[in-house]
Amino acid sequence: MTDNKTGLSTEKIGALYRAVLRIRRVEEEVARIYPTDLVKSPIHLSIGQEAVSVGVCDVLEREDIAYGTYRGHALYLAKGGDLKAMIAELFGRESGCAGGKAGSMHLVDSAVNVMGMSAIVATNIPLAVGHAFAIRSKGQPAVVVCFFGEGATDEGAFHEAMNFASLKYLPLLFVCENNQLAIHSPAENRMAGPGLAGRFSSYGIQGRQVSDENIVSIRSAAAELVSDVRAGAGPRFLECTTCRWREHVGPAEDWDAGYRDAAEEQARFSKDPMRFLGDLLNAEARAAIEGAVTAEISEAFALAEAAPYPEADMLIDHVYG
Amino acid sequence: MRQITYAEALYEATRQEMERDDNVFVFGQGVDDHKGHYGTTMDLHRDFGPDRCFDTPLAEDAMTGLAVGAALAGMRPINVHQRMDFLLLCMNQLVNMAAKFSYMFNGTYRVPLVVRASIGRSWGQGAQHSQALHAMFMHVPGLKVVAPTTAHDAKGCLVSAIRDNNPVVFIEHRMLYGLSGHVAEESYEVPFGQARLLAEGGDITIVAISHMVIEALRARHHLESVGIAAEIIDPVSLSPIDWDRIVSSVEKTGRLLVVDNGWLSCGASAEIIAETVERLQGRRSIAVGRMGFASSPCPTTRPLEQLYYPNDRTIASRAHSLVTGTDDGAWMPEGSDAAEVTEFRGPF
Repeated sequence: MTDNKTGLSTEKIGALYRAVLRIRRVEEEVARIYPTDLVKSPIHLSIGQEAVSVGVCDVLEREDIAYGTYRGHALYLAKGGDLKAMIAELFGRESGCAGGKAGSMHLVDSAVNVMGMSAIVATNIPLAVGHAFAIRSKGQPAVVVCFFGEGATDEGAFHEAMNFASLKYLPLLFVCENNQLAIHSPAENRMAGPGLAGRFSSYGIQGRQVSDENIVSIRSAAAELVSDVRAGAGPRFLECTTCRWREHVGPAEDWDAGYRDAAEEQARFSKDPMRFLGDLLNAEARAAIEGAVTAEISEAFALAEAAPYPEADMLIDHVYG
Repeated sequence: MRQITYAEALYEATRQEMERDDNVFVFGQGVDDHKGHYGTTMDLHRDFGPDRCFDTPLAEDAMTGLAVGAALAGMRPINVHQRMDFLLLCMNQLVNMAAKFSYMFNGTYRVPLVVRASIGRSWGQGAQHSQALHAMFMHVPGLKVVAPTTAHDAKGCLVSAIRDNNPVVFIEHRMLYGLSGHVAEESYEVPFGQARLLAEGGDITIVAISHMVIEALRARHHLESVGIAAEIIDPVSLSPIDWDRIVSSVEKTGRLLVVDNGWLSCGASAEIIAETVERLQGRRSIAVGRMGFASSPCPTTRPLEQLYYPNDRTIASRAHSLVTGTDDGAWMPEGSDAAEVTEFRGPF
């Protein structure tokens, strides 16, 4: 059955709903237990921005490569990263995706090509370009997708990397999650020139801007761009307007902190991908998905809490590869 | 055995590794130009194609990231820098990314990456084209640092660096490129973490780095003329470093002079002396000294530049003082600057 409004099958809507809901509920649970200090490290929640990761990753194959950032929970899960390994990682346990050495900011799951995430803004962009260069050299069919915030486009590394990616016609999709905030600094205080799209197009990189924050629009733009890249068109960009609902770092909301427009707080619910997708499903389908997601999350948190911490000899293990 | 220059040895190592492994590629500003970085990359783009030897934009930061990303994808990049000074533009990727990926992701990744960097002695290159910054990289766990002195070690260390599964900062002194030595034609590895004992002696251990090894060997001749036998050690690899070789030599001689091709403060010489003293604590009381660049940026004008660097005579003089207990400068041998220094011509 196909939904008239979105052109998507009920199964696809269900899958997208599940993906968004799962990220939302995982992060809400992380936020809920955060005061217990089980997660002894910073967290940068993706709540509000789930549509970008889910919409883009839905059109990727397992062998496609994803590079992300410290705000990486959504990408990790959307690309197929292991939930149990993620929660164990947040809890600093040996069974974590990086044995507890990485934590929330540096998630990794090589089985599904979620590359290790970086907490230094824009550092992942040159890596993605290098990875795409290698893939092209080896004649592999994969596409490299690099996620970053609009703040990363202020960095020199972004510009150096765009120039090279375009010069060499590399198989890359750059996904810019534009939440208009670098920590608390609004884009207008930081960005001169013709805006984000202009920053890409000045290097000859074409792409799409999706500003309606709708997951179906994001998915469809991503599908078109990934198809172009796969066909050998060179790098493409996708700029998605989005909204970070929580504080930059930490579990709380901070709409009253005064650094952003309170009207956004009111507007956000109308653009919530979880509500949007949920409304397209019947109550029974929704309840089944929610039940399964809740059970999966409970299990992951329980397993993580029971898991052992790494042994002392892990301290100096893997300094060299 | 045949003799070739240090630069020819680097070329041969690169070429042989590129023939052996399709994942090896060389890139950096000017690697495919008519000079081929002192001949070390000459015409490799013609023989291996433009994807395996290519020029880059002036974008050291992203090009280092490019190398890291390609390495994560299974390739073995060699990124060439005409001056080590430019590595300061690469610090973010080298220190925050390359050095961290194995550890931070618990062994998920390896970063086989070679960063080749030329250093001075300056020839009027001034403050920004002559720096030797190996100590900065020695500070960082996850990086390896090598500074071979001979043509033999240049070839073997580059082969080892290319085959190593970690980021290796490979330091080449400009005044060494033209020096010849015995180099086997076939490929071979010089293992990291093994120092080279270049000359035996019972009176003092001189540990010298890069081009200072050549100066220390000359200093040894001066010292012989006054009856002092200096043991000369070239660490070759600075991280990892062969502590056993250095410490056992110093335990024998009781004296350690470290001659660095760099500044003293928080430098390789400080590290070598501290570790040696720690290891010999309670076993052997030793006399120590260190020499290196003057604590200033490098001046351009020749008379000041001459004073900036240690040379065979100042090294011999300092070693003499350590051995005899006389004041610094009490004895200074006659002599003039070495041929590779006096005959070096620019503009490059």
